[in-house]
Amino acid sequence: MDYNFNFAAVWRDFDLLLVGLWLGFVLAVISIAIGCLIGLLVAFGMLSKNKAIRWTSASYVSAIRNTPILVLILFTYFALPQLGIRLGKIESFIATLSIYSGAYLTEVFRAGLVSLPTGLREAGLSIGLTEFRTKLYLTIPVMFRNVLPSLSNNFISLFKDTSLAAAIAVPELTFYARKINVESFRVIETWMVVSMLYVAACYIIAAVLRQVETRLAIPR
Amino acid sequence: MSSPILEIQNLHKRFGKFEVLKGINLTMQQGDVISLIGSSGSGKTTLLRCVNFLEDYEVGLVAVAGEQIGYVEKNGKRTRLSEKKIARQRAMTGMAFQHFNLFPHMTAIRNVMLGLIKTRGMSKDEARSVAEKWLERVGMLDRRDHFPGQLSGGQQQRVAIARAIAMNPQLMLFDEVTSALDPELVNEVLEVILDLAKDGMTMLLVTHEMQFAHDVSNKVIFMHDGKIGEEGPPKQLFKKPKSDRLATFLKNSKF
Repeated sequence: MDYNFNFAAVWRDFDLLLVGLWLGFVLAVISIAIGCLIGLLVAFGMLSKNKAIRWTSASYVSAIRNTPILVLILFTYFALPQLGIRLGKIESFIATLSIYSGAYLTEVFRAGLVSLPTGLREAGLSIGLTEFRTKLYLTIPVMFRNVLPSLSNNFISLFKDTSLAAAIAVPELTFYARKINVESFRVIETWMVVSMLYVAACYIIAAVLRQVETRLAIPR
Repeated sequence: MSSPILEIQNLHKRFGKFEVLKGINLTMQQGDVISLIGSSGSGKTTLLRCVNFLEDYEVGLVAVAGEQIGYVEKNGKRTRLSEKKIARQRAMTGMAFQHFNLFPHMTAIRNVMLGLIKTRGMSKDEARSVAEKWLERVGMLDRRDHFPGQLSGGQQQRVAIARAIAMNPQLMLFDEVTSALDPELVNEVLEVILDLAKDGMTMLLVTHEMQFAHDVSNKVIFMHDGKIGEEGPPKQLFKKPKSDRLATFLKNSKF
């Protein structure tokens, strides 16, 4: 192969790539935080005694999980305004990613909740805690620690999904990469650098999350 | 005579079609230690769990210190109490479980402190000193900062007993507290219970330790098929069983 690598165009706009990477990270953090709240609520909904609540919760999860995220992003940004719901690019993307992650996290939390020993809840009740306080101080904290590894996985996967925000021109890493690509025609260089940035970022995030896992793990 | 600590009248409980309790009557006075014995499925544990309303019941009355547990009767109609009231009632009794059920993410002392702070409304300092007192009583003060996963079964059970008793309950319920323990760890737990009994604690125990039931109780109840088969002072029940059923049960329990 006879190709002369020239990274000059990429390095010139490298700060833009970093700005985009940071935005993607922030979008992922906000979305997964909202997604955690949604997931927790819906997970309890799936385990509710009330049939209507159970049905609504299960419908949300299967509707969202069976739709490609790119379709959800485009629907929220382009179709919802037709129905009178107008959101900015970033708000629209955060809303989509939150609802999307909420569906996945529901399954993570639900599995975590059903795998808890029933004795945990009963012990809480037996010392006079209400059901709500038993959840707040016992079941949720223990469940959360148990599901932390799969939560980390989900976080990394959601962080990578932020690249899809480029489809609605949210200025994150992939968006800037396309811009540099189009302006410089340095196709290989641009996408190589961008790939490596994603890999490095995911690697660092995973390492930090592993630290958090170790620190929060229940000692045995 | 003051109102009994525990009064159970005509208690019925079913799981679906299966009737587990078929009309139980039981009265406990202050300082009574009563052991429930009988084979698996006879309803001992269910009876215990009705007392702190971990199980609801269809027919009959369960009252602790004169207060009906779980329901209010009005014009012959029974309504379930609010969640808050049930929680308050549960705090009148303490329970120790077969599998200890310590909170795995909290140290031994935090396990004991949680109920004191959240249910009894104590300050952190107050709760800590009460918790320390009870951990010392069960011989676990030196392990106060250990997590349950770092303790042996016997040690976990002693912490669990301290957690229940620190709440200053009117009545302690023990649900087969030594069944999940290795044989060499059973005695350390039984000694703690014996010590509490000597102190005048009112206790209702489900146990498979016949010798222990004999030594600790002032009354033993043999349950069979959801009913009280036989009851009486331990000497009488263990030495002169009236029914063949109890005699066979005792023989099989190697007493």
